[in-house]
Amino acid sequence: MVSSQDFGEFETAWCPGCGNFAILEAVKRALADSGTAPHQALFVSGIGQAAKSPHCMRCNLFNGLHGRALPVATGAKLAHPDLRVVVQSGDGCTYGEGGNHFLAALRRNIDLTLLVHDNQIYGLTKGQASPTSSAGHVTKAQPRGMPSDPFPPTAVALTMGAGFVARGFTGMPDLLAETIREAMAHTGIALVDVLQQCVSFNRVNTFAWYKQRCYELEADYDPGDWHAAMQRCLEWGDSIPVGVLYKSEHRRPLRSYYPFLEKEPLYAQKRDLDSVERIMREFE
Amino acid sequence: MSESAIQIRIGGEAGQGLETVGQLLARGLVRCGYEILVSQNYMSRIRGGHNFFSVVMDNEPVLSPASGVDLLIAMNGETVIRHRGELREGGHILADASQVEEDAEDVLAVPFSELVPEKLYTNTAALGSAAALLQLDREIFENLLREVLGGKSEDAAKKNADAFAGGHSWILDNSRPLQGPPSPALQQGERLAMSGNQAIALGAMAAGANFCSFYPMTPSTGVALNLAAQAEELGIVAEQAEDEIAAVNMAIGASFAGARSIVPTSGGGFSLMAEGISLAGMTETPLVIVLGQRPGPATGLPTRTEQGDLQLALYSGHGEFPRAVLTPGTPEECFDLTYRALDLAERSQSPVMVLTDQYLADSIRAVALFSLKDLPETTKPGTETEKPEEYVRYAFDQGGVSHRLLPGTGTHLVVADSDEHTPDGHITEDLSVRTRMVDKRLAKRRVLEENAVPPEMDGPEEPELLLLTWGSSKGAVLRAASDLRKQGRSVGTLHFRQVCPLVPEQFLPRLRSAGRTVCVEGNATGQLARLIRQETGFTVDRLIHRYDGLPMDAETIHAQLD
Repeated sequence: MVSSQDFGEFETAWCPGCGNFAILEAVKRALADSGTAPHQALFVSGIGQAAKSPHCMRCNLFNGLHGRALPVATGAKLAHPDLRVVVQSGDGCTYGEGGNHFLAALRRNIDLTLLVHDNQIYGLTKGQASPTSSAGHVTKAQPRGMPSDPFPPTAVALTMGAGFVARGFTGMPDLLAETIREAMAHTGIALVDVLQQCVSFNRVNTFAWYKQRCYELEADYDPGDWHAAMQRCLEWGDSIPVGVLYKSEHRRPLRSYYPFLEKEPLYAQKRDLDSVERIMREFE
Repeated sequence: MSESAIQIRIGGEAGQGLETVGQLLARGLVRCGYEILVSQNYMSRIRGGHNFFSVVMDNEPVLSPASGVDLLIAMNGETVIRHRGELREGGHILADASQVEEDAEDVLAVPFSELVPEKLYTNTAALGSAAALLQLDREIFENLLREVLGGKSEDAAKKNADAFAGGHSWILDNSRPLQGPPSPALQQGERLAMSGNQAIALGAMAAGANFCSFYPMTPSTGVALNLAAQAEELGIVAEQAEDEIAAVNMAIGASFAGARSIVPTSGGGFSLMAEGISLAGMTETPLVIVLGQRPGPATGLPTRTEQGDLQLALYSGHGEFPRAVLTPGTPEECFDLTYRALDLAERSQSPVMVLTDQYLADSIRAVALFSLKDLPETTKPGTETEKPEEYVRYAFDQGGVSHRLLPGTGTHLVVADSDEHTPDGHITEDLSVRTRMVDKRLAKRRVLEENAVPPEMDGPEEPELLLLTWGSSKGAVLRAASDLRKQGRSVGTLHFRQVCPLVPEQFLPRLRSAGRTVCVEGNATGQLARLIRQETGFTVDRLIHRYDGLPMDAETIHAQLD
């Protein structure tokens, strides 16, 4: 039995009241509930306060570059498919700097959980607009207000054919833990866009702002209905639906295109010089 | 090129099957026992334009490309117009009668359209005519055609055979063979017709490379395609990435989790990978990048050659960390040094670059079979430790190269960070740890120096003239040196197969013992000469350059020496 205590308690460098605390706890619970021990999990993160989260728990970790967590995770998952791979980073890292990788990872359907801390602001660099900031959001970097419309992560994921699209909220910790657990159980890429407060730099989308709007999807909501899911993905404003928006395993995960991975992971392969000899002789 | 060499040029538009003819001719000549040098000259387009293959056949190794044509195989009229002036005395033009109107004595206008079942097979007929003109063993070519083109369908195999026979017979009936092709000096068989890119891919396979992430870019795409072609048999993941940034990061992730990764690219893509190279340096993750150079800056001349990125490879990636840069000059060295690079990356837990260029990547030569069973074992990461709870990834007490375990292969935890980190891999801003970590990483330079490939020396101990070079200019330098020795001059050569790290004891005495030193490079600014001066204080006397997009050749060296 794995328990969330197995993942340890670490000192953090986050502001009191930061949404990261709730997400960290939810992740530990989801891992424990899915029976994943620390050494069976590989977390890959980028740069930002969210990306530091895996440093605060016992797990394998590759904390890479800003925006580049998904390609690192893709390589690692292909090399060692038995690892439970979780990519954990913020909205700036995932949807801004790493936007191209976000699109490509969804299309590729690499088998991993993509956990995005979405606070609609850049925290680590002290309060500039992020890809998900609302239009008109005023910051020191956007003194006349954010000129672009926000990037809609869940709707884009759905459009790109993702088989698991979910939204979480730090104010609904039980639902968040359960959603992450479900995402981990999904075969293929699973996006959980987690709405969270930034107590220091986002004075618009505060905890109270989210709390007022977020509601749990109805018990009879059908996450298999793509069109209904799209409607809920785009529902944003006075009410924001939270939970598993869409779920389907109709697409092949990337690893199935490399059937030899089923036999043995890349790290365990022995080189095959007899085959190399035969290949060499094709050039005779 | 020796006096006896025959220079063949096959020209036409993109899409006329030149590459097929060029490669078949190359393999056929090697099977017949010849030495060859086949170089490609193509434009950056899919159809049309003017492309050509140069094939030199000789009975001694062909070291350098050279000017002059003995047999021009013209698949279109433009080829005749462009290359007629290069025809040497006694040379012939083999042309498609429907494409050329010229009625000169040296033009053999073959009515290919009457000899082939369909226009598609014109290239095979031209190969038949060329084989007849050059008096090459017909059976060798017929077997080759069956092996290479026979697999598609029985119908295609028969049509190719008929086209070859048609072109071959027409020459026997209507022409005489070309004057004086050299007779093969070597025994048939047991040799390969191989390009630099193919040799790199084979070296990677032999070293157990099983992960190749790439974004297509000339001239390196061939490395990835050769690996992808063997994905099933060897268990290689060859994944086309969304961009070069993804390619390098995927390779790092795969390496971290235990794959053996290789990433082929060219200048522009390599520039995008710079941050990833720095990441490999910081996280101490093995990474091999093949940088196939082409003329820059920016998009430059995408399908031509240059040796302009040596300094880029040396300094790419921010921050200070050790690396190795290997610079093969022949397909054999491409194989050996790629094999070595993959081992060295793991052994030093550092990024290792292999520099080629379009000329070396694409040109095909006769290569002796590689003795795979004699290859040394390669270094492997660990999967287990006795006290997993005590494992830390970046332990200080192991001489710089810390024990690298893979994640998920035991109960130990592996933590790697692009931030400065403590020995357990976790982020830190403790500045005393910072200093120790920098020292630890830089200490790995010792491992790289101990494994540095010495420059290859040739010629007398204390030459009057020493030609030094690196990478693909090697052949031109060896050829030029040989020419000069025949004139009675005392000439030595020094070929750098590795430019980083440099170990001065390996070459400085040689430089000092020479009367005059001349550095030969395919770039405008003398990047190796500058590096040697920077690392040793030694200033070479002269530079010989070429940067018009074509490979260095002996003629350029002679012209600039005079």
